[in-house]
Amino acid sequence: MSEIERPDDHDGQEIEPTEPIQDPGLPEHQYRPQDVDESQARRTERQIALMFVTAAALALVFCVSYVVIDKDQTFLNWSAQNFALGASLGGALLLVGIGIIQWAKKLMSDHEMVEYRHSAASDEDDRVAVLEQINAGVEESGIQRRPLLRNTLIGSMGFMALPVVFLLGDLGPRPHSQRFTVWKKGMRVVADVSGAPIKPSDLEVGELVNGEPAVLFEEDETGERILHGTEALQAKSKAAVIIVRMRPEDITPSKGRENWNVDGILCYSKICTHVGCPISLYEQQTHHVLCPCHQSTFDLADNGKVIFGPAHRPLPQLPLGVDSEGYLIAMSDFPEIVAPSYPELARDQKKLDKNS
Amino acid sequence: MSASFTPVQETALGKKAGGPVEWLDDRLGLAGLAKKNLRKVFPEHWSFMLGEIALWSFVVLLITGTFLTFWYQPSMAEVTYNGTYKPLNGLEMSLAYKSTLDISFDIRGGLLLRQIHHWAAALFVAAMMVHMLRVFFTGAYRKPREINWLIGVGLLALGMIEGFAGYSLPDDLLSGTGLRFVDGLVRSVPIVGSYLEFFIFGGEFPGDEIIPRLYMAHILLIPALILGLIGAHMLLLIYHKHTQWPGPGRTEKNVVGYPMLPVYAAKAGGFFFVVFGFTALMGALIQINPVWAYGPYNPSEVTAGSQPDWYMGFSEGMVRLMPNWESTFFNYTWSWNVVIPGMGGLGLVFTSLAIWPFLEKWVTGDNREHHLLERPRNAPTRTALGVAAMTAYGVGWIAGGNDIIATKFHMDIYAITWVLRFGFFIFPVIAFLITKRICIGLQRADANRILHGYETGVLERTPDGGYSERHAPLPVAEQYTLTAHERVPVLEAPVQTDVNGVDAPHGRKEKLRAKVREYWNRDTLDKPTVEDVHHAEEHLGHHDGHPIALGEDFQGVSETGIPRQH
Amino acid sequence: MLALIVVGGGAYAVQTTALSPASAADDTTSSRELDAGRQLFLIGCASCHGVNAQGIGTKDDKNYGPTLIGVGAAAVDFQVGTGRMPMAQSGPQAPRKTPEYDAEEVRQLSAYIASLAPGPSIPSSEDTDYEAASTEDVREGGEFFRTNCTACHNSVGAGGALPDGRYAPKLDGVSAKHIYEAMLTGPQQMPVFGDSVITPEDKRNVIAYIKAVQDQPNYGGLAGGGLGPVVDGLFTWVVGIGVLVGFAIWIGAHGARVKKKR
Repeated sequence: MSEIERPDDHDGQEIEPTEPIQDPGLPEHQYRPQDVDESQARRTERQIALMFVTAAALALVFCVSYVVIDKDQTFLNWSAQNFALGASLGGALLLVGIGIIQWAKKLMSDHEMVEYRHSAASDEDDRVAVLEQINAGVEESGIQRRPLLRNTLIGSMGFMALPVVFLLGDLGPRPHSQRFTVWKKGMRVVADVSGAPIKPSDLEVGELVNGEPAVLFEEDETGERILHGTEALQAKSKAAVIIVRMRPEDITPSKGRENWNVDGILCYSKICTHVGCPISLYEQQTHHVLCPCHQSTFDLADNGKVIFGPAHRPLPQLPLGVDSEGYLIAMSDFPEIVAPSYPELARDQKKLDKNS
Repeated sequence: MSASFTPVQETALGKKAGGPVEWLDDRLGLAGLAKKNLRKVFPEHWSFMLGEIALWSFVVLLITGTFLTFWYQPSMAEVTYNGTYKPLNGLEMSLAYKSTLDISFDIRGGLLLRQIHHWAAALFVAAMMVHMLRVFFTGAYRKPREINWLIGVGLLALGMIEGFAGYSLPDDLLSGTGLRFVDGLVRSVPIVGSYLEFFIFGGEFPGDEIIPRLYMAHILLIPALILGLIGAHMLLLIYHKHTQWPGPGRTEKNVVGYPMLPVYAAKAGGFFFVVFGFTALMGALIQINPVWAYGPYNPSEVTAGSQPDWYMGFSEGMVRLMPNWESTFFNYTWSWNVVIPGMGGLGLVFTSLAIWPFLEKWVTGDNREHHLLERPRNAPTRTALGVAAMTAYGVGWIAGGNDIIATKFHMDIYAITWVLRFGFFIFPVIAFLITKRICIGLQRADANRILHGYETGVLERTPDGGYSERHAPLPVAEQYTLTAHERVPVLEAPVQTDVNGVDAPHGRKEKLRAKVREYWNRDTLDKPTVEDVHHAEEHLGHHDGHPIALGEDFQGVSETGIPRQH
Repeated sequence: MLALIVVGGGAYAVQTTALSPASAADDTTSSRELDAGRQLFLIGCASCHGVNAQGIGTKDDKNYGPTLIGVGAAAVDFQVGTGRMPMAQSGPQAPRKTPEYDAEEVRQLSAYIASLAPGPSIPSSEDTDYEAASTEDVREGGEFFRTNCTACHNSVGAGGALPDGRYAPKLDGVSAKHIYEAMLTGPQQMPVFGDSVITPEDKRNVIAYIKAVQDQPNYGGLAGGGLGPVVDGLFTWVVGIGVLVGFAIWIGAHGARVKKKR
C-alpha cells in the first residue's frame, strides 16, 4: 500500500506547506478552588468523607433489611425486601463511587502529564533479529530439509481432529424423519388442559378450541399419564391443534379436502410453519389466525393459506371425523409436515404423499 | 513510585511499603514493568469512558452471576411447584423454572440479584455498542488499532450469544418461545439443519439437554472467552496508549492526560462502584423479566408480545420483515425466509464491522499510524455511512417491536411491516445523504469561525446609520483545535499503462479504487489555507482598530447580556 | 366502511342448540321493562341494527350492523355495559369506553334483545364468584388462560396486536362478569369459548387466575405495563445508558477553575 498522496508532493500548484494555525502548545495550568484555598479543600474532604460514612450506614441498612423485612411485605406495590435491599446496596455503592471520583477530581493532583508515544512497530534491528532467529530455528529443526517428517506430522495432526469430531457424535441422535406426529386414525381430538372429548354439537359457529390428541391425557393402570415431562412436550410441540367452527358456506375447501370438516368444524395444526410458535390468535369473523411471534397470517376458511408474513407453507390441516360415540376424531395423521421447515422436508413430504 | 523512589526509604510510606515491594520483586521481578505502567498517562474525555461501562457491567455480571449459580438448577426434571407465588401453586414445571421462581421469591435478595444481573446484561451489550460507535465515528480503529477493533467485534458477538443463553435458562414461557425460534432457525440451515438441530437439542425440540448445555456455555465457556478477549483488549490499549482529541500541545507523537496512579485508578475504580450502584438501583426500582408472570414453558402456549431481549431485536425484526421465500431444489428444502434474516442479518452486521477498517484503508490508501481522533464532521462519508447503518439497524429494531408499537399507538401492524420492508432499503439512503450534508455544513461553520471570527453579541452602528454585529477572532488555541485535522488529499488518476504502454497490473482494480476514493472525498470541505487565515486576520484586525477595545478577557456576550466563555 | 362491517359479534349463536344457563326471557321480566328496553333500542341502536334488530346489510352483502336476534342478554350486557356499543365512530373495532347507559337501562336493553330469541344469558353472580376459587382452581384457571387467552391478551392481560389495526384489549379493570360474557359470546373478532368445552367453572377459574395475577404486587419495581422485553430495552437505553453516560460526562468534565495561582 503506497503512502498517501500529500498535497505538497503534488507538482504544479504550490500549496502552503504548513498548517494554517501553529500549535500554541499546552495551555497554562489553571488551578481549582481546592488547590488555592485550603479551607475549600477541607470542605470538599469533609463532603467526601460524609459520602463514605453514609455508604457504610447504608450497608448496615442492607443487613438490617435482610433480617427484618418479610418476603411478602410490599412498598408502593413492590416487594419491600427487593426495594430496601436494592436501594441500600445501590445507594452505598453509588456513594462510594461518587466519593472516590470526587476525590480524584477535586483533591488529587490535576497537572496534566505528557507521555511520548512510540510507533507500535519494533525497530528494524529487532525485526531482523527475530527473522534471523526464526530462520535459525527452522534450519536447526530441519523441517524444510525433511519434508517426510513435516508432512506426516501435519497429516497426523489433521487426523487428531477426528477423535474430537467423533466425540461430539453422541451430542444427539441422528435425525430421524419428522413427518409423523402422535396423531393416528381414530384418535380423539380433546380440549387442551381439561382433556375432555368434543362433540360437534358442543361447538358454536365462531368457537375456538385449543386441542390436543387424546394420547396426551391417557393414563396407565397406575393413573400416571403415559406421556409426561419432556416426552409430552415433544409430542405437543408437533401435535397441538386448534379447532374452529364456521358456517359451512364460508369454507372453500381445496380438492380432496371437502370431507375434512364436520359441519363446518375444521382442525388445523397450532404450530406455525415458520419457526414453530403456537398460534391461536383467531379472528372469528375474518377466519384469520395470526402468529404472535412474526405475524404470519393464515386463512382457515381457505385451507390454511398464508396471507401475510414470513411463513411459506400453509397451516397443515387435520382431517376430522366422528366416532361411534359421536366425538370428534382424527381421520389420519397430518397429511402435511407440521412445524418449521428443515432440509429434508421436501423428501419427507413426498413420502407422505406416496403413502396417502 | 517513580520520581520519588530514590529517597523513598526515608519517607513514611517507604518504610512501610519498602518491605513488601522488595519481597514481591525478589520473587516476581515486576518492578521494571510497574515502573513503566503505574504512572501511565490516559487522556481525559467523557467518550473514552463508554467502554468502561461495558467492562464494569461485565464485572457486575460475574459477581451477581456467581450468586445466582448457588441456587439455580439447570435441569428439565419435572417437579411440582409449591412455593410462595400462589397463582402457580400445584403446577408441574421444570426444575430450572422452579429454582428461578425460588430465587425470585424465597431467597432473600435473590430477586434483586436476578434483576441486577439482567439489567447489567442489557447494559453490557448496550455499552459495548455505544463504545463501538464512538470508536467508529472518531476513526479510532485506524492503524495500529485494527486488531483491537476485531477483538471488540468478537466481544460484541460473544456478548450477544451469552445474553441469549442467559435469557433461555429460566425455562419460562418467554424463554422457551425464544428457544423454539432458535430451533426453527437452526433447522432452516441448508442441508445440515436437521443434524444441527438434533445435535444441539439432543434430539427433537425441546428435549432434556438444551438447558444444561446452555448453562455450561453461559457460565463457563463464553464468559471465559469474553474474559480472555477483554484481557487482550486492555493489554493492547495499554501498549498502543489511548487515542486523544487534537488540541494545543496534543499531537500524534504524545499523549496528554492524567496518570494511572492515582487519578485514573480512582476515576475508573470509582466508576465501577457507580456502575454497580446504578444497576443495583435499577434492580431495586425497575422490574425486568418477571418470569413468574409468564408461567412455565409449554410448546402449545404463547403470550402476545413475545420478544427477545433488545440486542436480538434487530434479528427478530429482520425475520418479521422477510418475505416468505422457500424453495425446493436438489430434493432439499431451502428456507430462505428464516435463514436469510436469521443468520444473514447478524452475519452481515458482523462481517461488515470486521472488514471495515481494512476496507477504509483500501479506499484511502492511508498506511500511517493515527493516534489523534477525527471529528465525525471531518470524515463526512464515514460518518454518513455509519448513520446509514444505524438507520438500517433501527429499522430492524422497530420491526422487532412492531406488535407493541401497533397496540400502543393504535396502528395497523401490516402497514408498519410494509413501510419497514421498503424502509429498510430507503431510509438508510436518506440518512446517508442528510448526514453527509450536515457534516459538510458543520465543516463550513468551522471554517467560518476561523475566517470571520465569532459573533461577539456587540452591535455596532456605522456612521451612516447601519447596524452590524462585531466579530472577534477566536482564541488561538481554539483556532488550532478547529484546524488540527488532515487536509483533503489531492487525488491522482491511477496509472493505466506503464512507460512502455503496457497495461499496468491490477489496472481495473486501481481504477475502481480511484473512483471509490474520489467518492469518499467528494464535497468534503478542506480547512482554510495559511493565506486564507492571513487574509482573515487582516480583516478582523481592521475591526480591532475600533475606538473601543474589547479587552483581552472578552469572549462575547449572550443574548441576555451575560459575558460568555469559550 | 370496511371497519364498520367487521364490528359486532356473536350474531350466529342462534344457529346452535347449546345455550347457556337459563332461557332468554324469564318470567320475572316485566313487560314494562321490555317496553322500556324496546324504546331505548329504537332510539339508540335501531339506526344500525334495524328497527326489529334484524340487522342492516350493505350493498355488497356485508353487515352494516349485524342482526341481534339470538345474541342473548350476555352479548348486550357486554357490548353496552363496557361502552363498546353504541359506537362513537367507525373504526377498526369498537373500543371500550365509558358506558352510555346506566345499569338499569342496560338491563332493559338486554331483556328486550333476549326476548326476541333465546341466547346466552347474563351469568349469575355465582358463576363469576372468583373469590371462592381455591388455589387448585386458580392454577387450573392459569393453565386455561395460558392455553386459550395469552396468545392475544398477553400473559398479564396487557393486550396485543391483531391484523389491520385491530387489537386484543387489555384486561385491566374489566369486571368478572364482562370477562365471562366475552368468553361466552365472542364479541367482535374474539372467538367463542362455549360452555361445553370451557365449562362455567373453568371460566370462573380463568377469571380467578386473571384477578390473582392482577392482584399480585409488581415485585421487582416499575413494571412497564407488562409489555416485556421491548420496554426493558427502552429502559436499558434511556435510563441505563442515559444515566451512566451522564456519569461519564461528569467524570470527564473539567470542573471549576480559578484565576488565582498557588
